[in-house]
Amino acid sequence: MALVYTEEEQLLRDSAKEFLEERCSVSAFRALRDTGNIDGFDREVWSQMAELGWPGILVSEEHDGLEFGVVGAGVIFEEMGRTLACSPLLSTAITGAVLLMEGGNDAQKQTFLPAIAAGEKLTALAVDEGPRHAPRAVAMRAEPTNSGYSLSGSKQFVIDGRVADTLIVVARTSGEPGDDAGLTLFLVDADAEGVTVTPNQMIDFRSADNVNFANVQITADAVLGKFDQGAALLEIALNAANRMLAAELLGIAEEAFGRTVAYMKERKQFGVPIGSFQALQHRAAQVYTDIELTRSVVLKALQSEGPAVPMLTSLAKAKACATAQLATNESIQMHGGIGMTDEYEIGFFIKRARVAQHTYGDYTYHADRVARMKGY
Amino acid sequence: MQDLEQFRADTRSWLEENCPPTMRTPTKSDKDYCWGGRNYQFQSDEQRLWMERMGARGWTAPTWPKEYGGGGLTKEEARVLKQELKRIGARQALFSFGISMLGPALLKFGNEEQKKRHIPKIVKGETRWCQGYSEPNAGSDLAGLGTRAEDKGDHYVVNGQKIWASYADEADWIFCLVRTNTEGKKQAGISFVLFDMVSEGVTTRPIRLISGASPFCEIFFDNVKVPKTDLVGQENAGWTIAKYLLTHEREMISGFGAASMRELGDMAVEMLGLQDGKLADGVLRGDIARQDIDAAAFMFTLERTRDEAKAGVSLGAVSSMLKYYGTELNKRRHELILNIEGMNALAWDGEAYNNGALSRSWLRTKANSIEGGTSEIQLNIVAKHILGLPG
Ligand SMILES: Cc1cc2nc3c(=O)[nH]c(=O)nc-3n(C[C@H](O)[C@H](O)[C@H](O)COP(=O)(O)OP(=O)(O)OC[C@H]3O[C@@H](n4cnc5c(N)ncnc54)[C@H](O)[C@@H]3O)c2cc1C
Repeated sequence: MALVYTEEEQLLRDSAKEFLEERCSVSAFRALRDTGNIDGFDREVWSQMAELGWPGILVSEEHDGLEFGVVGAGVIFEEMGRTLACSPLLSTAITGAVLLMEGGNDAQKQTFLPAIAAGEKLTALAVDEGPRHAPRAVAMRAEPTNSGYSLSGSKQFVIDGRVADTLIVVARTSGEPGDDAGLTLFLVDADAEGVTVTPNQMIDFRSADNVNFANVQITADAVLGKFDQGAALLEIALNAANRMLAAELLGIAEEAFGRTVAYMKERKQFGVPIGSFQALQHRAAQVYTDIELTRSVVLKALQSEGPAVPMLTSLAKAKACATAQLATNESIQMHGGIGMTDEYEIGFFIKRARVAQHTYGDYTYHADRVARMKGY
Repeated sequence: MQDLEQFRADTRSWLEENCPPTMRTPTKSDKDYCWGGRNYQFQSDEQRLWMERMGARGWTAPTWPKEYGGGGLTKEEARVLKQELKRIGARQALFSFGISMLGPALLKFGNEEQKKRHIPKIVKGETRWCQGYSEPNAGSDLAGLGTRAEDKGDHYVVNGQKIWASYADEADWIFCLVRTNTEGKKQAGISFVLFDMVSEGVTTRPIRLISGASPFCEIFFDNVKVPKTDLVGQENAGWTIAKYLLTHEREMISGFGAASMRELGDMAVEMLGLQDGKLADGVLRGDIARQDIDAAAFMFTLERTRDEAKAGVSLGAVSSMLKYYGTELNKRRHELILNIEGMNALAWDGEAYNNGALSRSWLRTKANSIEGGTSEIQLNIVAKHILGLPG
């Protein structure tokens, strides 16, 4: 496959751009933050996204989705990175939808997928139990009961935990923390007795909440995918999510850098534009190069299928983390004092970038995964 | 699609028949690179045969037009050819500045007679070319070159000096930048000429590199007669051609690191072993992972930029970005090899150390970010021509 976007994907990009600039601009993000919104996104915008079909971007047509594919979804995430658009797209349309499509039985698919595609049901993946992404370290247990299971334990930094209708919980049904085997995924109603959500206020203003489970009773049909062998299913969803995050980080880096280059042409010191200083020119050219490299590896990862996915996912996420970090750091430095002010928008990018970097594995997590897969 | 599969099948069987067995083994040193030309000493009959067969088919320059001896392949066919060559581990049949640099410029700017006379010999490996750009006082500031070409009616008389010209002592012909006008803007007084290195008044002197080899030279011109039939393009309009050629040179150089070869992780595991399933040296492991991530992203960038460009079309300023990153990446790779191999990689000689191959290639990579325009110059080009920064 040629490493370029198809015409359809280009059209999707154009329409996504137009929509996001109009409805989800950076100033809209500021307004959301400053007007006491508690969801971490604008519900009205979400319903407009649903009209565009975005929540069903990966969902099969059979379940009322767009079935547009991973590359198209990545295009939307890249554009959302540019405008810092907040939405439950990652938790619902990506992790949620992929887990249900890959692991759900017919009944589960029927219950969830059309509702997800319509933007009516929100899901959240409850996996990590500490501040660093570590899916195999899950210790929380699901104990068998007469009618199903009982869940006890707590999860941290659950993306969209506070708004989810359904939590997809990763729990241990055998083995020890660190084991690959023994993980099972459960569909848990967010309203179930014993579930408590404690919102966290993150630097990017989005939801990443702590969720506590105290003897939460669930029925046997709440198991999603294979019992005790949930790790493989989870990995498929995390690979999808990390590719989206890589695309979003690319968009963030592009936008922060684009604004910085514009500023370099406009801001004058010593009687000349600061962009005429070679020390800054070379650093800008290096950021540009890293962004170009990131664009290539992200597209390659989005296009990948089958056994190539895990490696390309980690290559793309690791590179996108490094590039977004560089681009957002340089963008603040090259703006000087104004870059440190809340009033100026450039600071928003570094905040979202860091949270996206650390969501489902930062640079070191994915670099380690690359090394493992390559056998060193 | 079907045609392409047919092409693949035909290519495969042709290669099966025509690529000699020893040409399917990895090259061991620079000596195994076939450069062709009037005076080239072939390492073996098979090396000669392989060059001649590929040249006759035009597959040394797969996408060049058939009328000048090129392969006439589409971009897709050329990709298939590349894959098939890689599949059998075939060596590059011909290394040639004629192919990587001069050819594209001649195809674009040369007149019909020049194309007919020079290009087929490039494709077949019959003429070996060198590049006469740099001068002692005109390196990064190439347009400041001073080698003079005086107009004598049907020919020029050239006087001056070039330096750092790779393989000039082994080349048959030179493509050379000369000054034909000393007034006005320096870029507007440069012409692009071709001449035979055995012309009277041409002397070359090899210069030894830190890697021990002497592949590049000083060249002195003392009243060298150059017929005007070998002026490419218009007089005083050589700068555009020179820059166009540089974009091709930069694309070639950017690929040096990508063509490689052994996985650093494998080398390191062999040297240091594993501990709990991970490379025993954790710091080195992180460095190698960073290199692997950047190298993969760079390789996909080469792939993407080529997919975006049309066959044979130069990438312009993007080639500067590729040149900058590819060469810095290759330098980093060789520093890592030193870290992995330790003192082994610092041996200069001796059978046990493959005659210092590692140290010599490490030293050679230092030139990657100088030759073809330094990294700093590439960053200047990116800043000005891609980002549009002032000054
Ligand atoms: C192995 C090798 C093979 C070569 N082969 C050929 C060949 O076949 N034909 C040929 O014509 N030439 C060849 N060259 C020459 C090469 O193109 C020049 O060496 C190169 O362009 C740099 O010029 P210079 O050596 O004069 O360095 P200088 O231009 O003197 O540069 C010295 C330093 O100053 C920096 N610098 C210069 N100007 C600027 C600026 N504006 N901004 C920031 N930094 C700057 C440079 O980046 C460099 O770090 C070869 C060189 C090498 C090393």
